[in-house]
Amino acid sequence: MSTFKQHSILPGFNLAIGFTLLYLSLIVLIPLSAAFIRTAELTWSEFWTIVTAPRVMASYRLTFGASFAAAMVNAFFGLLVAWVLVRYHFPGKRIVDALVDLPFALPTAVAGIALTALYAGNGWIGQFLEPLGVKVAFTPLGIFVALTFIGLPFVVRTVQPVLEDIEAELEEAAATLGANRWQTFSMVIFPALFPALMTGFALAFARAIGEYGSVIFIAGNMPMVSEITPLLIITKLEQYDYAGATALSVVMLVISFILLLIINLLQWWSRRRSSKT
Amino acid sequence: MTAMTFPLPAGTRIQRATQEPAWVRWFLIGLALVFLTLFLFIPLVSVFYEAFKKGVDVYLASITDPDALSAIKLTLTVAAIAVPLNLVFGIAAAWAIAKFEFRGKNLLITLIDLPFSVSPVVSGLIYVLVFGLQGWFGPWLAEHDMKIIFAVPGIVLATVFVTVPFIARELIPLMQAQGTEEEEAAVVLGTSGWQTFYKVTLPNIKWGLLYGAILCNARAMGEFGAVSVVSGHIRGSTNTMPLHVEILYNEYNFAAAFAVASLLALLALVTLVLKTLVELRIKQQDTPRGSE
Repeated sequence: MSTFKQHSILPGFNLAIGFTLLYLSLIVLIPLSAAFIRTAELTWSEFWTIVTAPRVMASYRLTFGASFAAAMVNAFFGLLVAWVLVRYHFPGKRIVDALVDLPFALPTAVAGIALTALYAGNGWIGQFLEPLGVKVAFTPLGIFVALTFIGLPFVVRTVQPVLEDIEAELEEAAATLGANRWQTFSMVIFPALFPALMTGFALAFARAIGEYGSVIFIAGNMPMVSEITPLLIITKLEQYDYAGATALSVVMLVISFILLLIINLLQWWSRRRSSKT
Repeated sequence: MTAMTFPLPAGTRIQRATQEPAWVRWFLIGLALVFLTLFLFIPLVSVFYEAFKKGVDVYLASITDPDALSAIKLTLTVAAIAVPLNLVFGIAAAWAIAKFEFRGKNLLITLIDLPFSVSPVVSGLIYVLVFGLQGWFGPWLAEHDMKIIFAVPGIVLATVFVTVPFIARELIPLMQAQGTEEEEAAVVLGTSGWQTFYKVTLPNIKWGLLYGAILCNARAMGEFGAVSVVSGHIRGSTNTMPLHVEILYNEYNFAAAFAVASLLALLALVTLVLKTLVELRIKQQDTPRGSE
């Protein structure tokens, strides 16, 4: 125990760490372990059959594909929004800055029904897309729209502080050496922002993979076509297929853990990069 | 030496070498605003538009419907339990992590963040596996006539799970940045542990604490996926506001669904305003400290 903690004159360590570990175990760790322990009751081949069934594979492709596309769009527009908010002045900037966090604050179900109403054939946006032959609501494209909405703040909020910290001298030096603005951006600013941009991308992607509330209203939820993996878990649960639901949730958990590890590495890279410059 | 001046031709506007031309600036601002309008502003406005489309009477009738009122009450109750629990946890975790050095600290921080990376649906499912009828404690609970899944306790547990990290992750970096000198001085001067916390630590972290609590509350009231798995959707009894929105929507009662949704959208707007105000206070608090 003496090597576990360094000496300090402040009181309360045992109480604080004891309560923290107890609370985390009861609320987070023991329930999470239930998913793994219950899945261990299946044989490996049973597990493999469940998690690679054609309908499940289709849901992985859809979930990952739509999440990736949404995170890419968010990486581009998130960088743009962060740039505009940090570098430029325009009327209403403070309101726009606050509004960026809306997807964090707005319940996902509300976002889901609002986006569905907008992109349905008779909706404000859908009525202009329908004549062009673009159907958004009740198709995989709708899933992409919903995931873009919920992932929007991640890239903005990870890139913004790094962009604020880039020193003006760096850009001035580039300009004195004859670089034009685009060269300064692509060769000086962008490399400095890249780790933060990747972190934001990974956070948006991770969030999109597990997202449920905003997607199910707009998706149409057709098996093999527009059915995301989290919905498939709910469907199995409603059919009392506990083994199937649990096996799928273990796959989702393992993917989340891997993404969490990648995000931690990216954040570490980002911190090291910004402490160097 | 006298400063040399180079006369510029009349009408020349000087542009700094580290600034983009005006047309580039306005193009980028325009593009960003079009994107945000399309993806944020229009969806937000449409919630209120759809809610009032059939008139104020329908709106008021929808939100004063007994089922809606009981959903509002349940949502407030759940938040009133989940937020204080995570507040106490956040303070305890931040105290241990920020004020002491011990092994495995980084692992502990990662574990606290874990619920953020778990899909809401999985967050609900794991409680079904523990407390549901097929779960570990299911048979025992049934024997003793207690219900957790498809009842209020399950909704509270799932909500607590998804909101665990909010307050802790605000407090940990804040308290780490503040260091331990002030508390150590207080302890050396003879104040007790609790007094040190109330009189030294708490005033330093109060805005960070509030900030975390605001975000925690917004998520607690708005959580959908996790709660949907454990709730059982019993009208007037285990229906929270987001679940009530879903039920109304699936019954094609769009006006009522958007009416209840507008209350949640209002909550989101209040959250954003409070958050912005608290951020300003934190900045003000930081500035004099930094210049000391």
